[in-house]
Amino acid sequence: MVMQLSAKQSLHLPRIAELIRVEALSDREKVFEFKFDDGKELGQMPGQFVEISIFGVGEAPISVTSSPTHKGSFELAVRATGSVTNKLHTLDKGAKVGIRGPFGNGFPIQTLKGKDILFVAGGIGLFPLRSLINYVLDNRKDFGEVNTLFGCRSPQERLFIGQLAEWNSCKDMCFLETVDRCADDSWSGNVGVITTLFPKVSFDPAKTYAIVVGPPIMYRFVIAECLKKGLADDHIIMSLERRMKCGVGKCGHCQINGLYCCQEGPVFTYAQVKSLKEAV
Amino acid sequence: MQNRVISKKDLAGFVDDLIKTKAAGEVIGIKAKDDKFNFGTLKNAAELRLDYDIALLPPKKYFFPQIETVLKYEFGATPKVEPVVDDKAMCLVGVHPFDIRGILLFDAVYGGANPDANLLMKRRNSTIIGVDCLTPNPKSFAASMGTAVTDEGFDLMLTDIGGDYFVTVGTTKGDSLIKKAKTRDATPADQEKRDKVRKDTLKKYQVTLKMKADEIPALLDANWESKVFNDKAATCFSCGSCVMVCPTCVCFDVQDDPALNLKGGERYRRWDGCMLTEFAKVASGENFREHKEQRFRHRMYRKGKYLLERYKYLGCVGCGRCAIACLAQIASPAETFNLIKEGK
Repeated sequence: MVMQLSAKQSLHLPRIAELIRVEALSDREKVFEFKFDDGKELGQMPGQFVEISIFGVGEAPISVTSSPTHKGSFELAVRATGSVTNKLHTLDKGAKVGIRGPFGNGFPIQTLKGKDILFVAGGIGLFPLRSLINYVLDNRKDFGEVNTLFGCRSPQERLFIGQLAEWNSCKDMCFLETVDRCADDSWSGNVGVITTLFPKVSFDPAKTYAIVVGPPIMYRFVIAECLKKGLADDHIIMSLERRMKCGVGKCGHCQINGLYCCQEGPVFTYAQVKSLKEAV
Repeated sequence: MQNRVISKKDLAGFVDDLIKTKAAGEVIGIKAKDDKFNFGTLKNAAELRLDYDIALLPPKKYFFPQIETVLKYEFGATPKVEPVVDDKAMCLVGVHPFDIRGILLFDAVYGGANPDANLLMKRRNSTIIGVDCLTPNPKSFAASMGTAVTDEGFDLMLTDIGGDYFVTVGTTKGDSLIKKAKTRDATPADQEKRDKVRKDTLKKYQVTLKMKADEIPALLDANWESKVFNDKAATCFSCGSCVMVCPTCVCFDVQDDPALNLKGGERYRRWDGCMLTEFAKVASGENFREHKEQRFRHRMYRKGKYLLERYKYLGCVGCGRCAIACLAQIASPAETFNLIKEGK
């Protein structure tokens, strides 16, 4: 019990950051770039999240979409959904917010080094995954073959379109994209759910880790596909969504069975998830 | 440290001195509230009711208030943000062993890897004078949970051994406080009396677990699909009474409260609980424990397994408050564990 603590070490105390760029990604999503007033780095690993504060409204957990290889600022890509994220969408360049974190375990970079990677992103699952994809591309020699699959519901829901074009022409990885459906001729690419891309890529299951981030329904089908391709349970890695209110393993909202998603997660292997009845 | 014996009269004098001198801060004690009991600020020792069965709310509220401001801020081009930690010294008198075990669980949860200043600074400045519970509530099953007696978590522990109180000294802080009171050294005969009183009390608990407490995790492991959860949850109102009176429910929500003048505001945390409908709901609308049987099962696993595995303390101390508070009469973990054990 004898612990030297002061109010300054409050777990609830955020650092102040300035919004330096806002860009609309779609009708519902924007990307926000922030830098800390104290000039320090966020220091996140891909797959970690922050708690963003809008004073007077509240806090919300948001995954960091920029790679730590990008210095001086960080990006959060956010869908306007709840009170904090809707308020955030009204903010302009120059606005100040509070940031706590980074929190969570992030993707297992050390495990992935030297291995082949299959990225599978569904919809805004791209937001946390983008951090790792760009990290891998920026440290390309540390990793083996890289395949990236991205799917969203319609061409209108594609996100980070400039980035997708970059990846598409990038020689360092194979990038495939699909949309679930397309009612008009605005899209000449693949049409079909994301699992329809699996036959188009080849990888060595023994050397490959699949990193899967998307809506809960996508996990069921993509995991089955990964297993069919011969990936071991601990070679399938996913990031789970929960209501991470405090980010520091206290408030209890993000529990998945006995685990705290903000502490032991949000990144889990399928081997772990299989033993967690509440996970997917 | 030397255990002591103090007469009831001298104990009253000791408590009155604590109140008068504030030697250990504000004195909070167990008092009558109509025909029940609750903790509150003591004006004098005569208010103290050490013969109580159970406090309406556990003393956790002094370390983990129902609503606690954690930040104050002023709006502006650059918001000014200040952390708020109220860590005034407190002396709690008359805490039952099972409630002390609850406080120890809080220490484990709020300490550890991310120490929480709001709780730990209050704890650091607190003194706990416990009292053995000799008149257990009919719904309590602390004896089965191994929490009817504790040998840790207190500065002083009182046991009514007839005319006098046996004082078990737990810490040097407790030792220096009791040295100021009129006491005598406890003899081996006094200690025997204390031990007998404690042993006899264990038999007064009316609800018993039909297994050892340390068998609960394995029982739950084997019974995720048990229909007991569905049967029990069928009449649950999702009112959250069980979690709001629980000494081991540690969860909270965080909310912002802008001031009326809109120049600033506060962020506070408030008690929250997994039996409430929206506890696991995320902004997109998905609720990861949408159904009441899922929430009921989660609570039982928290009480009987998850917290133990994470913090080394069982998440239920057997106080029985949830069973007292529950309108549907479904909340007692002992009852659920027993039904599962019996295969019902």
